[in-house]
Amino acid sequence: MNDALSHPAAPPYVDRDQHSVANHLGMWTFLATEILFFGGLFTGYTVLRWAHPHAFAEGSRHLEFWIGTANTAVLLTSSLFVALADLAIKRDDRRAARRHLVAAGLLGAAFLGLKGFEYFQKFQEHLVPGSGFDAHGAQPALQLFFFLYFLMTGLHALHMLFGLGAIGWLLRQIGRGAVSRERPDAVAIVGLYWHFVDCVWIFLYPLLYLIGG
Amino acid sequence: MSLLVESSKAPPRMPSYLEAGHTVRSWLFTLDHKRIGILYMAAITVFFSIAASAAALMRIELLTPAGDVVTSETYNRLFTMHGVLMVWFFLIPSIPSVLGNFIIPLMIGARDVAFPRLNLLSWYLFMAGGILATYSIVAGGVDTGWTFYTPYSSTYSNGHVMAMAAGVFIAGFSSIATGLNFIVTIHKLRAPGLTWTRLPLFLWSMYATSIILVLATPVLAITLVLMAMERLWGVGIFDPKLGGDPLLFQHLFWFYSHPAVYIMILPGMGVVSETLAAFARKPVFGYRVVAASSMAIAILGFLVWGHHMFVSSQSVYAGVVFSLLSFLVAVPSAIKVFSWTATLYRGHITFETPMLYALGFIGLFTVGGLTGIFLASLAVDVHVHDTYFVIAHFHYIMVGGMVMAYMGGLHYWWPKISGRLYHEWTARIAALITFIGFNLTFFPQFVLGYLGMPRRYHMYPEQFQTLNVLSTAGASILAVGYALPLFYLGWSFFFGRRAGPNPWGATGLEWKTASPAPEHNFETTPVVTTGAYAYDAEGNP
Amino acid sequence: MHSAAPAKTTLFATYFALIALLALSAAAAKWQIGPLWNLFIALGIAAVKTALVFLVFMQLRYQRGLVRVFALAGFLWLAISGVLTFSDYLTRGWTP
Ligand SMILES: [Cu+2]
Repeated sequence: MNDALSHPAAPPYVDRDQHSVANHLGMWTFLATEILFFGGLFTGYTVLRWAHPHAFAEGSRHLEFWIGTANTAVLLTSSLFVALADLAIKRDDRRAARRHLVAAGLLGAAFLGLKGFEYFQKFQEHLVPGSGFDAHGAQPALQLFFFLYFLMTGLHALHMLFGLGAIGWLLRQIGRGAVSRERPDAVAIVGLYWHFVDCVWIFLYPLLYLIGG
Repeated sequence: MSLLVESSKAPPRMPSYLEAGHTVRSWLFTLDHKRIGILYMAAITVFFSIAASAAALMRIELLTPAGDVVTSETYNRLFTMHGVLMVWFFLIPSIPSVLGNFIIPLMIGARDVAFPRLNLLSWYLFMAGGILATYSIVAGGVDTGWTFYTPYSSTYSNGHVMAMAAGVFIAGFSSIATGLNFIVTIHKLRAPGLTWTRLPLFLWSMYATSIILVLATPVLAITLVLMAMERLWGVGIFDPKLGGDPLLFQHLFWFYSHPAVYIMILPGMGVVSETLAAFARKPVFGYRVVAASSMAIAILGFLVWGHHMFVSSQSVYAGVVFSLLSFLVAVPSAIKVFSWTATLYRGHITFETPMLYALGFIGLFTVGGLTGIFLASLAVDVHVHDTYFVIAHFHYIMVGGMVMAYMGGLHYWWPKISGRLYHEWTARIAALITFIGFNLTFFPQFVLGYLGMPRRYHMYPEQFQTLNVLSTAGASILAVGYALPLFYLGWSFFFGRRAGPNPWGATGLEWKTASPAPEHNFETTPVVTTGAYAYDAEGNP
Repeated sequence: MHSAAPAKTTLFATYFALIALLALSAAAAKWQIGPLWNLFIALGIAAVKTALVFLVFMQLRYQRGLVRVFALAGFLWLAISGVLTFSDYLTRGWTP
């Protein structure tokens, strides 16, 4: 018969609404897996912070309070724009939807820029574990704090990069008309992911930047 | 009993999934859940064979007390390879990814799983993981044991830990994708009238399994990332000298790996419920309770992981809690065994091959489960921890349970997969050989463990030889039992007698469509009006 | 499914609430009342922020029960991992 490529198995759905519900449920299930993926790290963080409260407070004081705070504001704003894009596509305003997504993407890039700057600073201060780490006379557990700092923010940044890719893909799909008022789902689905990654940072911010006291 | 209740006279109007394309491309880029199931079947058969050869070498080494066939170093690599491949590249994908992929959409009257592309991606992830793991073995192997305990894996191993861990990490995402797909499929694509209380029990158990796949596997992924970082940079997160804690690794690892044990048994329980109903020609006794017990096992399974750490430096108070919680899991497991027994009572029982495997499962699972209770008791565990008692216990669950169920399910749904029947008596004999070989291999290991023979050594004191010889003899019989189906099922695939749509006269939507299943599963969407297993008093569907 | 969605005013109101909470948590960190209290305040504010994002931006308020269950399951399972892990760590020092 025919090659499977030219005749892909028909989508298993009876109507668009069923498809949409399945997409949402699928994305939420994926987010549950993400909670546990980051959750393993949060559990590890809790155990080690419980064992070394002073080293962790010391580590927190080495981080730039203003960068963490500014970055939180940047991400919250980007989330607002993603939510606005979802609203716009449902109201058939494709231009506004694209504008909002571009704004969200630029803010995401700004976040990564600030993060990169902070990484660079830490590198100069010899606070990168594994490569000439210098505890500056503090407890050796300081290195554990910085290990977790880099791993947690690094994995978060990796998720941001995926999110930026997804926003780029959305912009193209909206431009081609493949995502529109009739088929708005993709914006909401990418949006769910973006908001979730934002929430991860909402917890990283206090755990890393606000425990110096 | 008649095998061919309905003949295959009515010509199928739709091409079967096997006829829809014969090119390699049509298989490697298929989005059809049935073909993806077959791709998985081919892959796991290869991994099973590699892992089984490792076991064969170990059994040969253990024929004599002296370590004369392989060095202890090689022996370490053999059992690691056996464990990693069997757990992640055979058992976990066995029933879910092969039979689940093939049967779930047919059972719920859908055209495919919810996300067919994701389904294909999950097979490629699985293969990528499998190739990395195979590379790690070919390059020299890993000596840490399948658990990757630190500091073996982080500091002391001179094996190819990174490649192996990367392989398992990637295969984990394949598990997540499959679990996610099944959850959404079962929620959203059921045929009209197929309510949750009419769902066949196989679907309940697959749903419970998918929940574990989705909620446990991410923790394994992050644990392996931490282990890899520790190995690469030695920052000390698991090293007490640098302020870390080795037990943190064990907590995270077992948070995944105990529930993973239920990924390796719940699907088998589902297959057994299906086959018992079909060959006792009766509804499964206490349907709702059996369905609920699958969910209970899935959820309780997350609360007991600390029973693997009784003799680590875990707090004894935590040990008491974990021990009590572990006992709780026995309740839903026992409910299932009682319900299966009651299903057999006054049934119109026939002993076709799938039924033989299912009956074997019940007996072996009961032994495995009961010895699990011994191990969950704090004091007994101190005595038998890390001995062959543990090995025997989990092989009764995983091989006696899951592999028997996989073979049973494979035979049960074989007519739907291939459109043909296999030679019944050859298959029955193979099932019997498997059962005998299995018990002869693993029952002596209970005794060995109780007498104190530790696991993971390639030599042992003289007094253990008799039991070890028995075990090795059993393993060779078991090998015959596993090799036979390769031949007669392979023969049946090309030359077997044509099976009708419903050769067993069973209920269930998968038997209402042609064999082999048509490309789009059903000509018209079926409508369900009765509960699962609607057999009348004479045992007719 | 997409019949009910938050209005523009709701989105902006949520956004300003989030920024206000961020300012609050930054200020609370400077006002030192003991490390544990500071941690609880910071995490409490983070939880409220996450709840706002989940309910409004991610439209959990407008979803059917099933999706809410799935959204909560992740947190519940994370709590299981935390509580049982700490059943070990917190009782290690106890002498029998
Ligand atoms: Cu266990």
